[in-house]
Order: sequence, then C-alpha cells, then structure tokens
Amino acid sequence: MPDEPVGCAKPTGKVLGAAAEKDDLPESKQEAGEKSMVMVKVGGKAPDFEAPAYHKGTFANVKLSDYLGKWVLLCFYPGDFTFV
Amino acid sequence: MQKLGVEVLSASTDSTFVHKIWVEEELSKMTKNGIPWPMISDGAGNLGKVYGVYDEGNGVNIRGRFLIDPDGVVQAMEVMTPPVGRKIEETIRQVHAFQHVRKTKGAEACPAGWEPGDTTLKPGPDLVGKVWKVWPPR
Repeated sequence: MPDEPVGCAKPTGKVLGAAAEKDDLPESKQEAGEKSMVMVKVGGKAPDFEAPAYHKGTFANVKLSDYLGKWVLLCFYPGDFTFV
Repeated sequence: MQKLGVEVLSASTDSTFVHKIWVEEELSKMTKNGIPWPMISDGAGNLGKVYGVYDEGNGVNIRGRFLIDPDGVVQAMEVMTPPVGRKIEETIRQVHAFQHVRKTKGAEACPAGWEPGDTTLKPGPDLVGKVWKVWPPR
C-alpha cells in the first residue's frame, strides 16, 4: 500500500485487472468521463478504484487492484457515528 | 473474515480524519482491537456511484456489501436502505459457499439454505429431477 494518500476516492473507470489494456483504448474513449465508468454487476469484474483510507493509525492509499488474488469484502455504510 | 482469508474494506463519505476519531472515540471501546482493515473515505461518493449505492439526495452511501473473488469477479452483493442493519452470519455463510464452489472449480453447487458441512449438489444430467433425493439433507 503506497504511503501517500490520493486527493479523493476515484474509480479508474475500468474493471479489476483491466489496467493492462488501458493504453489500447483511443484517447476519446478514455476521456468520455463518468458515462464510460464501469458499473458493478454480479458475475462481472469489480469496478477498480483508488481511494484514501484510514488504516490502523495512519492515512494510506488503497487500490482495489492491489487485492487481486485475494477474496475481498467491500462494505459501504451511511456514516461514521451513526447508530445501526 | 481474516480467518476465512477475506480482506475487508469499508467505505463511507466521511473523511479519513473522521474515521480516525470514530475509531479512537467510539469503535475502540466497542471492539477489542479497534478496526484492523482500511477505512476508505469516499467524500464525493465516486465509488458509491459505480457500486450503485450512492444516495445523491442525502450525499451518503447506503449500506452495500460486495464479495469479490481472487479473479476480481463480484460474486455476491447486498444493498439495503439505512434503517436496517446487516447480519454478518449470512455474509460468512456466503463466503464459505462461494469458496467451496471455487475450490471444486464449479463442479459442485451450494443449494438454498446450504450451511458449511451440508451436502452439495453436483449439477449434471444425472441430477435432473433427482434433487429431491439428495436435498434437503435434514
């Protein structure tokens, strides 16, 4: 995990493990922005992302692609200090 | 989850600063060793949007849980509105089931209500119309 946190969480727009193909895409397609973002789908590759995180006392940068080869449980929740 | 060989990542729209204080002020008093996994800050809901859990009206990510296998494939997901919490036992059951299916390279399937140790099904011509003979085991 690289030490320097990124500015804000951002999806790469690609699915996990697709990074190698990135250079093959035409420029225009890469710049199409959110519309070309890969959405999650059961049975499909997970949308890759890079995000800042708090991990055991330090601020770190998390890349989902670093977890390839492992089982991952990704959990979203509404907010810290909420009740449920 | 660590015992099952599953890496956990959590994410909310709170900043990493808020995550830090939440762990220090509250969570460390509710759990023995604090929070061992990375707590992601998704301030603009960018991740929530591609995972279909971002609530634009309230600016938060609703509860969503995604089980991703070692190939990066999403094997299971559960998305819920805020007032009802999750049950971790069901997630653990699903982890066992998906890991079993993967171990058998898809030759075995875990039917409805399957728990670790239960009979699995071996889909194929011989099983058609005969599921009643092997399932349910109880």
